[in-house]
Amino acid sequence: MRELSLNILDIAQNSISAGASLTEILVKENTAEKTLLIGIYDNGKGMSEEQVKNVQDPFFTTRTTRKVGMGIPLFKLAAEQTGGSFKITSELGVGTRVDALFKTDSIDFTPLGDIAATVSTIVSMNEDKDFVYTRSVDEKDFVFKSADIKKILDGVPLSEPSVINWIEDYIRENTEQLFD
Amino acid sequence: MKSLEELLAIKEKAQAQIAARDADGNDGIRIVVGMATCGIAAGARPVLKALTDEIAKRNVKNVSVTQTGCIGMCQYEPIVEVFEPGKDKVTYVQVNAEKAVKIVTDHIVNGKPVIEYTVGAVTE
Repeated sequence: MRELSLNILDIAQNSISAGASLTEILVKENTAEKTLLIGIYDNGKGMSEEQVKNVQDPFFTTRTTRKVGMGIPLFKLAAEQTGGSFKITSELGVGTRVDALFKTDSIDFTPLGDIAATVSTIVSMNEDKDFVYTRSVDEKDFVFKSADIKKILDGVPLSEPSVINWIEDYIRENTEQLFD
Repeated sequence: MKSLEELLAIKEKAQAQIAARDADGNDGIRIVVGMATCGIAAGARPVLKALTDEIAKRNVKNVSVTQTGCIGMCQYEPIVEVFEPGKDKVTYVQVNAEKAVKIVTDHIVNGKPVIEYTVGAVTE
């Protein structure tokens, strides 16, 4: 993946497939420690201990069309190649938590990329699910909750192009404020 | 700076458009973009964005854009499928944002599939 935000788009899709009604996405940057933490937390159906082990193996997939599943292994590699760390914890019937820690000063650090486009894509394509996106830079943070937006939209679908574009710009502008 | 008030205005405008669209009937074209690991890595996100932007820009009615998982031909991703009622499905492969715009203008708006981007033409 060329951007970490594409990994996020991919991993969040797992949460949706797991039937999560709420998925939280956290992107937390610590400029002093030069770290970036990406967390994807859901209340989906969860995984057994064995499944947690399996999803980290590139030669495992739940798909029947082929024998490889690269989503989690690629994300794990992206974190570990920076000298960071990767962790999945899961409980059946409760949900799954994925945490990836990146060292941003590593030469192998993949840029975060267009996270605003990623979040607006996830939110707009999954009308019936809720998402909370938290972007934090040192002491400042910005929280975007799809439930708040849906309340304002009052039945207008999130997939309306004008709405998608607004979400994207809203996230982009609020993120820029964090760096002022 | 984008504000929630602005979203309220967008909502009101969209509500009027949706009402007009519903009056036209809802048997429209469905565009599906493959968004599994393979599709995303190959560039599906900008393709999805280009499709929705172009549809909005041209104010095309009765077209929905949705995402799906792995279609099974990862080497040809990004893949875009167009489902038109009463017609055969058209599968576009190795789509980028530029091709996506042409798919909307030629196929969706003018009813002429872009043969050279289809799986049949590319795998020949």
